[in-house]
Amino acid sequence: MSHEEHIQDSGFAGSFNGDRIFKGITLGFAFSVILVLLLMVAGMAHESLPALRQFGWKFVSGSDWDAVQGNFGALPFIWGSIVSSLLALAVATPLSVGTALFITELAPRKLGGAIASLVELLAAIPSVIYGLWGVLVMAPWLQQTVEPFLMEHFGFLPFFRGAPYGVGMLAAVFIIMIMIIPIVTSITKEVLLAVPLSQKEAAIALGATKWEMIRMAVLPYGRSGILGAVILGLGRAIGETMAVTMVIGNTPQISLSLLAPAYTMPSVIANEFAEASSKLHSAALMEIGLILLVITLIINIAARLLIWGVTRQQSSGGRK
Amino acid sequence: MFSKLRTTLAALLAVCAIAGAASAETLINGAGATFPYPIYSKWFSEYAKVDKSVKFNYQSIGSGGGIKQITAQTVDFGASDKFLTDAELKAAPGKLIHIPTVMGAVVVTYNVPGVPTGLKLTAEDVSGIYLGQITMWNDARIANDNPGVKLPAKPIIVVHRSDGSGTTAIFTDYLSNVSPDWKAKVGMGASVKWPTGLGGKGNEGVAGQVKSTNYTIGYVELAYAFENKLPFATLKNRDGHFVVPSIKSTSAAAAGAAKHMPADYRISLVNQPGKDAYPIAGFTWLLVYEHQKDAAKGKKIVEFLKWELKHGQKMAAALLYAPLPDSVVKMVQKTVAGIK
Repeated sequence: MSHEEHIQDSGFAGSFNGDRIFKGITLGFAFSVILVLLLMVAGMAHESLPALRQFGWKFVSGSDWDAVQGNFGALPFIWGSIVSSLLALAVATPLSVGTALFITELAPRKLGGAIASLVELLAAIPSVIYGLWGVLVMAPWLQQTVEPFLMEHFGFLPFFRGAPYGVGMLAAVFIIMIMIIPIVTSITKEVLLAVPLSQKEAAIALGATKWEMIRMAVLPYGRSGILGAVILGLGRAIGETMAVTMVIGNTPQISLSLLAPAYTMPSVIANEFAEASSKLHSAALMEIGLILLVITLIINIAARLLIWGVTRQQSSGGRK
Repeated sequence: MFSKLRTTLAALLAVCAIAGAASAETLINGAGATFPYPIYSKWFSEYAKVDKSVKFNYQSIGSGGGIKQITAQTVDFGASDKFLTDAELKAAPGKLIHIPTVMGAVVVTYNVPGVPTGLKLTAEDVSGIYLGQITMWNDARIANDNPGVKLPAKPIIVVHRSDGSGTTAIFTDYLSNVSPDWKAKVGMGASVKWPTGLGGKGNEGVAGQVKSTNYTIGYVELAYAFENKLPFATLKNRDGHFVVPSIKSTSAAAAGAAKHMPADYRISLVNQPGKDAYPIAGFTWLLVYEHQKDAAKGKKIVEFLKWELKHGQKMAAALLYAPLPDSVVKMVQKTVAGIK
C-alpha cells in the first residue's frame, strides 16, 4: 500500500502510459497472491464445516481421535506440532548462530566458504531422504545408545521416562533440528555479513576482544535479521511432514516424555486423508489443516511484530 | 486448476490418439486401491495386446478416493479393498456392484532374537497383544502355543500402520471378528484408535520399524512380507489348525467362504472355515455401475472383466496375489454378464 502512495506522490503516475499498465499488472499479481490465500482459507473452512458444526471448540480441546466411532479431537496433534517445532528450534538456533558466526567472523575465508556451501547443501536434501535416514540409522542409534543413556542418568526427570522405542518425540526433534539448521544458518550468515565494517572496527579500536566485538557490534546489529531467520526456521519446522511422519511414531497422545511417540498435524493429514471415507473424518482432517494454517499465520504475524519492535528499539537506542 | 490441467492433458492425449491410430480408442478411467495396483497395471498392459481399441487408465489413489470418485461418477470404475456400507451404496447415483478380482492376506511379522520364523500365535494371542493385554514375549499364553521355543522376558513393542489403509482394515476386521473385546473397544476401519503401539507409515514403515527394533511385532501385506523375506507367524485358524501364510492358504479362505457367498460379494474373508484357510485374508473389488451410462464403454468393461476372470487370474500368483478359487470365478462370471 505505501508503495502505491509513494508512486502517486512522486508525480510520475499517469505521465507515462506504460507505467500505468505496469502498475496495474503488478497490482494484479500482488492481489492474486492474497486472493489465493483467501480462497484457500474459504475452501478449507467450507470443507471442514461438518466437523466445525459437530464438535465446535471441543475439537481443539479434545484428545480423542477415533475414526471408527467418529470422535475427533485435535489437541494431541497441536501439542505434538508445537512441542516438536519449538524444541527443535531451541536446539537449532544456538547451533546455527554459532555456525554463522564461525563462518563470517572466525574461520579463515576458504574454510568458512567450504563450510557455508556444505551447510547449504544440507538444505537441498529432500525431506523423505532425511526421513529414511532417520528411521533406518538415527532411530536405532537413539534406541540403543542415546535413550538408554538418558534414562539411566536423567530418568528422574519426567522427560526421559518410558521405554526406548527409537522413534518418538526425540527423534522428531532431532530430524527437524537437522532440517532447519541450514536455513537458519544461511540467513543468519547473510545478516552477519551485512554488518558494516565500520561498526566492527570501532569496537576493535576501543580495545574489544573478538568475543566482545561480536557481542557489542555484530549481534545487536543483526538481531532483527537473526530473529527473522529463526521464525523462518519455525515455519519450516511446523510444516515439515514427510520426515517427521517417518520418525515420530504416530501415536496421538500428550506425554511429557521425549521418548514417547507423538503425532503432528501435518502427519495426520498425510497419513489419513487418502483413505478417509466418511465425511466427518475428512472434515476433521480439513479442520486440522485450517488450524495449522491459522497457527502459521499467528507465528508470522507475531514474528513481524517482534522484528518491528526490535528494529524500533534499535534505532531509538542508536540515537541515544 | 487441476481439472483445467487435466482437460489440457486429455486434449493432448486425444490429439496423440488421433494422430497415432485411425480408429477411435476408448479410454476407460478408473481409480482406487493401491494394494492391487501392480496386478491391475499388469492386466491392463496385457489386455492392451488383446483389444487394441481400448485403453485403461488406473490411478492408485487409495480405496477411500476410489469410492468417492465412482460415487461422483468422475471415473468409469472404482477399486476398493473394503466393501461399501449400505449408506455408501445408497449415496451412489446408480446401483453399484462389487466385482472381486483377487485376494490379499495380511501377515504378522516380528523381530525376536533367537526366535526363527514360524512363531505360532492364536487369535487370542494376536488380539491380546494389540489390545495391550499381553505385554511380555514370555507370556504364558504365547509360550503354551510354542513348546520348545525359548521366548525372552522382554516387553512386546507393538507396531501398526499409521496411514489409513486396506491392510489395516483387513487386520482390524480380523481382530474384531475373533475378539469381542476388540470389537467393543476399537472396531474395524482403515484407520482406528489403537490401544497401544507405534505407527509406521506404509508397509515399509512398519517393516522398517520391526526390522530395526528388537522385540517388535507388526503386520504387513503378504506380498510385501514375501518380497522382503520377513519372518512371519503361523496363525491358528477357525478350525484349530496352525496355517502358514501363502497364496494357497489365502485362496483356501475364499473357498471356505464360497458356500455362504452373498450375491453382492460384500463379505469379509477373515476367520473363514476350512482346514487350510489362512485367517487374515480379504478380497479386493472393482466397483462398476450395473447400468452403464455409456453403452460402448460398458461393453468394453464387461469384455475386460470376462478376460480377466479367464486369463488374468493366472497372472495373479506370480505377483503374489491369491487368485479367486474356481467356485467364486463361476459366480462372478454370471454377475459380470449382468452389467448393461
